[in-house]
Amino acid sequence: MIREINVNEVTECIKEMCIEANHFLSNDMDLKMREAVKEEESIVGKQILNQLQDNLKIAGEEMIPICQDTGMAVIFMEIGQNVHFIEGDLNEAINEGVRLGYQQGYLRKSVVKDPIERENTKDNTPAIIHYEIVSGDKVKITVEPKGFGSENMSRIFMLKPSDGIEGVKAAVITAVKDAGPNACPPMVIGVGIGGTFEKCALLAKKALVKDITKHSDIAYVKQLEIDLLREINQLGIGPGGLGGKMTALAVNVETYPTHIAGLPVAVNICCHVNRHIVKHI
Amino acid sequence: MDRQLKSPLSEKDVMDLRAGDYVYITGIIYTARDAAHKRMFEALENGEELPFDVKNNIIYYMGPSPEREGKVIGSAGPTTSSRMDKYTPSLLDLGLKGMIGKGKRNDSVKDAVVRNGAVYFAAVGGAGALLSKKIIKSTVIAYDDLGTEAIRELEVKEFPVIVVMDSLGNNLYENVVG
Ligand code: SF4
Repeated sequence: MIREINVNEVTECIKEMCIEANHFLSNDMDLKMREAVKEEESIVGKQILNQLQDNLKIAGEEMIPICQDTGMAVIFMEIGQNVHFIEGDLNEAINEGVRLGYQQGYLRKSVVKDPIERENTKDNTPAIIHYEIVSGDKVKITVEPKGFGSENMSRIFMLKPSDGIEGVKAAVITAVKDAGPNACPPMVIGVGIGGTFEKCALLAKKALVKDITKHSDIAYVKQLEIDLLREINQLGIGPGGLGGKMTALAVNVETYPTHIAGLPVAVNICCHVNRHIVKHI
Repeated sequence: MDRQLKSPLSEKDVMDLRAGDYVYITGIIYTARDAAHKRMFEALENGEELPFDVKNNIIYYMGPSPEREGKVIGSAGPTTSSRMDKYTPSLLDLGLKGMIGKGKRNDSVKDAVVRNGAVYFAAVGGAGALLSKKIIKSTVIAYDDLGTEAIRELEVKEFPVIVVMDSLGNNLYENVVG
C-alpha cells in the first residue's frame, strides 16, 4: 500500500524542530549535563557547568537560543519505501522548513552560498540532507543544527588494518586533544569506524544524533565507548578547556563493514550544545 | 582572583591582569568576527581608516542571533578565536588592548600580546543566552551588509570573562593541558 504524505507536513515539522532544538536540549543531553555538574571535581569546571545550567534555563524561559551559533541544519530523512510525497518537491519542502524555522525562530543565519566567495544566503539554507530508504510507510526525521566551533575540530584518519583498536583509540584521543577549548567542552564525540572515506564520516555524524545515555549493542563497541570516555576524561581539558574532569559527556561509536585493505576512522566532535531532535510522520 | 574592569582599558589595568583571573567587564566593547576582520585588514592594506579606533579597546569575537522584540540582542557567546589569528597582530600593533573569544591562539598572536602589553580573555563558549543578559546596548556601527558579522558597539555590564593570556605571555590553556 502506498501512503501519500503532503510535503507541507514535512516543512511544518522541520520548521518547529529547528526552533525547538535551538532552545531546548533533548532529554539525554539534559540528563548528562546535570550529571556532569555532580561529577566534575575542579572548582572552575563546576562553576562553568553551573553557568551552563543557568544558560539553559534562560534559553528555555526567554526563548533565546542556547548558543548564538544555531548551526548549519543537518537533516536525516529515513523514508519508508511505500511513501509517496505529494504536492511539491521534497528537497524544496525541507529547505523551506529550515528557512521558516530560522526566520520565525530568531535563529542566526550562518550559511554562505559559496565556500570561497562567502556571501551569506541570509536564510540559513541550504540544509545538509541525508536520505535513506527503509522498509515500511513511515518517515523518520532527525534535525541536528550543527555548530562549527566543534565541527572544525573533526577529523578523518585512514588507518591500516594492523593499527587495530589501539589505533582507533589513539586517533580519537588525538582529535579530542587538538580540539581542546575550541570545541566548547564538555564535548560529545561521534566516531565512525569502517566503510569508505565518506561513509565513515557519515557514521560519525549519525553517532552524534544517537541517544547519548545508551551504548552500542555490539559488545566490543560498547567497551570501546566506555574506555574512550574514561581516557578522554583523564586528559584534564575540562569544561571550557579550563581544566577539570568533564572533557566529554559521551562517546558514541558506529561501525560498518569495510575493505580488506582499510580501517577508516572519522571523529565528529560536538560541543555541549549537541542538538538533535527526532520526529516521526 | 576576581576583578572589576572598565573598558576602554587602561595600560595599568592590563598590566595587573594575570592568566586565571576572573574579570567582570563594564563599558564599551566592539564585536568583529571572520568577515569583519577580513574587511578591516583590507582597509588597512589600502591605507584606509578602520571603522572604529582600536586603541585601548576590546574586540569581542561574536556574531549574535537576531534579537526578539523588546530585547537588546539575541544569543551572544564567543566564537573560536584562532580564525582571527591571521589578522590580530596588526590590530594589536595599532593599539588594540583586549580580545574576548574562546580557544587557543598561535604564537604570532602571543608575541603581539606581549609586545603591546595586551590581554586575551575567554568567555564561556555555548553560554550565549546567559551572556546576552550582560549586554545592555547594541548598535551596528559598520559593515551592516554582513548581517550577524557586522561590527557592533556593545555596552556591557559586568560581562564575565577569564584571563587566558596575560601581558607577560602566561597562558592558562597551556597550564591546563600541558
Ligand atoms: S561549538 Fe557549540 S557551544 Fe561552542 S559556539 Fe559552536 S555551537 Fe556554540
